[in-house]
Amino acid sequence: MDKKLEKIVQALQENFGSSIEEFRDEVHVFIKVEQIVDALFLLRDKYEFELLSALTASDYFPQTSPRFHVIYQLSSLAKNLTVQIRVPVNGDQLKVPTATRVYQVANWREREVADMFGIEFEGHPDPRRILMPVDWEGHPLRKDYPLGYEEPQFTFNFDEIDLRKPYAKE
Amino acid sequence: MGVEEKLGDMGIVTTKLEELVNWSRTNAMWPMLFGLACCAIEMMAAQASHYDMSRFGMELMRASPRQSDLMIVAGRVTRKMAPVVRRLYDQMPEPKWVIAMGDCASCGGVFNNYAVVQGVDEIIPVDVFVAGCPPRPEALIHGVVTLYEKVKGDKFKDRIKA
Repeated sequence: MDKKLEKIVQALQENFGSSIEEFRDEVHVFIKVEQIVDALFLLRDKYEFELLSALTASDYFPQTSPRFHVIYQLSSLAKNLTVQIRVPVNGDQLKVPTATRVYQVANWREREVADMFGIEFEGHPDPRRILMPVDWEGHPLRKDYPLGYEEPQFTFNFDEIDLRKPYAKE
Repeated sequence: MGVEEKLGDMGIVTTKLEELVNWSRTNAMWPMLFGLACCAIEMMAAQASHYDMSRFGMELMRASPRQSDLMIVAGRVTRKMAPVVRRLYDQMPEPKWVIAMGDCASCGGVFNNYAVVQGVDEIIPVDVFVAGCPPRPEALIHGVVTLYEKVKGDKFKDRIKA
């Protein structure tokens, strides 16, 4: 781990009791849901992580519990550092406080995560769907979401599928 | 050699009204300026100087559905885009035709999933399907010429709605 980053990670461990994972020089810091906004404020104001490069989520269903990780990728242009903050969220209680107070850019990213994973961001200024149609049901990037596969039409089953395929009439 | 020399001094051509109308519809067909995905790049190439679709009377792409009579659905149609495509089609004046360009518009192509309409004929009636991923400009031009053949065989009585 980078020496400059080591100090910052230590501070996070002391303040928030977070655990650390390292993978190929990438540092993942795990933070509890209720502390995420404080942690982001600390990183932004004290340690100069002025850029939220990415805000996304990952669904580890069914292997791990809690199944969702909300992932904040932070960059410091002043110190040339990146750090990844992970917030594990349980399947029953999908509420994460919004990061829009800390980083304005989180607005659309959180809408995307809410749309695709069904994770609610509390206090979000504009919690509409961003990618799917407004009347869409379900959250497509969840591992238990059906792919919506349709059987391809070949010569041997053409007529059978043709009967149930919807066609536009004028 | 123009038509005058062939006809001599007669100055009169006899034909059926139906054929004359159909002929005039084919050689000045205005497609809508409307691309959804990578097929639109090939559509642009077909319009540009190298392939030059204006040889077939289609140099004019209209940006408004009110002024166009051919819709080239160039690319995959997502479920979110489907109502928009249908509305554009409804806004076009009669007579109007549709070419489904490429595999995605024809049958969903490689995108067999929840987000993409499996063939644009689920939302609008299609006259010509052009296969390919994406189809080469020649293929699109062939599709257009095929559509012309279809239009030339149009009957007035089929177009009268009950």
